[in-house]
Amino acid sequence: MIGFIFKRFIQSFIVMFLVALLAFTMFNFLGDPVNQMVGIDTTAADREALRDRLGLNDPLLVQFGRFVSNAVQFEFGQSYQHKRAVSGLILDRLPATLELSMIAAIFTLVVGVPMGVYTGLHRDSLLSKIFMTISLVGVSLPTFLIGILLIFVFSVQLQWLPSFGRGEVIDFGFWSTGLLTATGWKAIIMPAVTLGLFQMTLIMRLVRSEMLEVLRSDYIKFARARGLASRAINFGHALKNTLVPVITIAGLQLGSLIAFAIITETVFQWPGMGLLFLQAIQVVDIPIMAAYLMLIAFFFVMINMIVDLLYYVVDPRLRVDATS
Amino acid sequence: MTLLKIDDLKVEFPGRHDTFVAVENIQLELEPGQIYGLVGESGAGKSTIGNAVIDLLEPPGRVAAGHIALDGTAIENLPYEKMRSIRGRRIGMIFQDPLTSLNPLYTVEYQLVETIQTHLKLSEVEAAARAIELLDQVGIPEPEVRVKHYPHQFSGGMRQRVVIALALCGEPELIIADEPTTALDVSIQAQILDLIRSLCKQRQVGMVIITHDMGVIADITDNVAVMYHGKIVEKGPTAKILSTPEHPYTKSLISAVPRADLRLNRFPMVDYIEGPEPTRSSFDVSTHWLGKARDFSASDGGALVRVESLSIKFVTQRSILPSRNKLFTAVDNVSFEIRDGETFGLVGESGSGKSTIARSIAGLYRPASGSIHFAGGNLTAIKDEKQLRPYRQQMQMIFQDPFSSLNSRMRVLDIVAEPIRFHKLASSRAEVVEIVEDLLEHVGLGRAAAKRFPHEFSGGQRQRISIARALATRPRFLICDEPTSALDVSIQAQILNLLKDLQDELGLTMLFISHDLPVIRQMCDRVAVMRHGKICEIAETEQLFEEPGHEYTRHLLDLMPKLENLSREGLDVADEDAARQSQ
Repeated sequence: MIGFIFKRFIQSFIVMFLVALLAFTMFNFLGDPVNQMVGIDTTAADREALRDRLGLNDPLLVQFGRFVSNAVQFEFGQSYQHKRAVSGLILDRLPATLELSMIAAIFTLVVGVPMGVYTGLHRDSLLSKIFMTISLVGVSLPTFLIGILLIFVFSVQLQWLPSFGRGEVIDFGFWSTGLLTATGWKAIIMPAVTLGLFQMTLIMRLVRSEMLEVLRSDYIKFARARGLASRAINFGHALKNTLVPVITIAGLQLGSLIAFAIITETVFQWPGMGLLFLQAIQVVDIPIMAAYLMLIAFFFVMINMIVDLLYYVVDPRLRVDATS
Repeated sequence: MTLLKIDDLKVEFPGRHDTFVAVENIQLELEPGQIYGLVGESGAGKSTIGNAVIDLLEPPGRVAAGHIALDGTAIENLPYEKMRSIRGRRIGMIFQDPLTSLNPLYTVEYQLVETIQTHLKLSEVEAAARAIELLDQVGIPEPEVRVKHYPHQFSGGMRQRVVIALALCGEPELIIADEPTTALDVSIQAQILDLIRSLCKQRQVGMVIITHDMGVIADITDNVAVMYHGKIVEKGPTAKILSTPEHPYTKSLISAVPRADLRLNRFPMVDYIEGPEPTRSSFDVSTHWLGKARDFSASDGGALVRVESLSIKFVTQRSILPSRNKLFTAVDNVSFEIRDGETFGLVGESGSGKSTIARSIAGLYRPASGSIHFAGGNLTAIKDEKQLRPYRQQMQMIFQDPFSSLNSRMRVLDIVAEPIRFHKLASSRAEVVEIVEDLLEHVGLGRAAAKRFPHEFSGGQRQRISIARALATRPRFLICDEPTSALDVSIQAQILNLLKDLQDELGLTMLFISHDLPVIRQMCDRVAVMRHGKICEIAETEQLFEEPGHEYTRHLLDLMPKLENLSREGLDVADEDAARQSQ
């Protein structure tokens, strides 16, 4: 097991290194950063001085080394557009995105798993068929459309929920949260539902098909033959056996919730990293783009590691060391 | 009081168009402490009766008529919760496959305690103590330690003991065992049957054993009912049914059990169901396609296959450094020869390395050391895949599972034609079709089979397709890895007879792997007995059975179910053969 974790660490390291390489090449091949920073009336000498100051005249390898060592210290330089440290900008925006993703993920699991279990157990009931139809809608409608529809119904027509922003935010210095105020909660409902709907239907369908599979297995039949209660069979024995594939998918989905919050954040003007990233693209603000890329890659790698470790918790067959 | 009384039971599965009647007119009575056997071939409806008693019929199956009474009270068609209080508490059930009967994610203790607490009013601590007690009673050593283990940490036989312990949790009066030993080795089977027998006597539990194995029936049942096509054709005390069967199906079924005591020329057929053997045209090798290019050069000293100090190792636990990988030695320094034209048997329990040897001869595994010589060439020394092809063409394999060994998306024509096309044995497409149809006819399937898909065929027919595919390269050496263990005894007889006929006609050499000693005795000229990756003994078949040299061979022979009192009546032709053989 320790060997396994060690291997995963090395793999993660390689992934991060490659992403860093990719992020670094953006600086050199996506236009000249100096042109982005100065006006057209700057003299060639001033430009050259700026290049020197920014270290852009150093050999590529040296520049890359500097980039990596800065990245490790969570230091990505100055934003061309905002003229502020990128790390500070990201730290400002990170809580909003993480909160949104977490609430969306919780919504996904809390609604998706029970719906999957229900449709797996009662595959022919009317409610199951309704769930399956809704899930089809959830899979096929694009995120922005769902967001706009929600805004139209709940903000414009019913006027229950705000159509943009985070609501009131309480600031702890390093972290700003909207989860402690009523307006904050109101503001997060629609973006979270929009963001999580697709993943929810995916989880639901996955749990359903896994449940159908497990319910056919011999050990479930044997559990019935032993006279165990339906609750114990369905939730104790069947559901736990569906968890391994569900954990895999849910973990990957959490990563993409964070990474692809961009569209939802745009629709709802949610002040998160996605919005920051989108604005950065418009003005070719490369330090922000590079930092965003690195950060998302880091999240994915971490989530994957955690998922792999969760396998060990769920499935005793993987704990080879414990074998007698 | 009669423990279980089944009266005129009828179970049906309503379908969209018509209703399938699984069993009908079933009458059965069982007293406490008795073991009742239900025997028959697959599809006879044995398991349906067991599932009906415990009310676990697969939907949409239902009890359409008749009564099931447990201790005098009717239990058929009870509401779910009411039936649930009977399941496990009054009726226990044991399933066939111990590897899949236990939930892999929970410890044995969790599963036992959960079941005990469902049925008996015991505290957690008392239930845990009871769990250990039960494991002890079913013969699991160190129950205090083992109870904390997960199912995958137990061997097959031990898992079946755990399954039995689970069935005993609610102290039931009746246990239904559905093929309880089919998935187990013969030595484990003997232990489990012993355990079942003693539990029945000690606890005065009534038991219904569902099996296809006459050996199991003869070994432990008091009464037996023979089932055929959803009906009981004959029932009565086991000794009487086995020694003087009256119904032609029973006679036929009993006579088809391969004999361990005598070698016959052919396997007796269950002619009651199957009718006479399917007609297959025999052919003249000198003119037939299969006979072409058969002027094989003489092999070294009459040996077609020579295996020299072969060892095969598998990595069980990978390490970062290849030198620190943990290895499992599946085959350990094994040497033997297969002579040209003989059938060489490999026998042993599961995990003894039989199949591993077969696969390494076929080139599916790379040996760790040692060499394999075939038809004069050293296969282990040839590194170039292209140079191996002529050797590969001469050896073909037939696998155990007829369902997974054929690609279900390909037509039979393409399945059989694939090796012909690969080895470029035919010049035109029309010729390929002609050869395939001819082969299918020879294995007794008929030409029309070529256009169909594998799922349209039964297990026995699929095995015939596998044989046709193996013949398609014009091989001289067939590796048969448990070719009939997944088949019913009547189908087994057909397939083995077919193999014997083909061998006679084509002069094939065969490596025949089986765990079934009677089948080995009927099929093989010489036998190697394997245990833990080593060969214990190689001997002529007759000598091995009459005067086993190695202790382990004697042990295996002792474990064979004793069938001396089986009727061999209705076996006139075979008896004559036997008489001729024994002279």
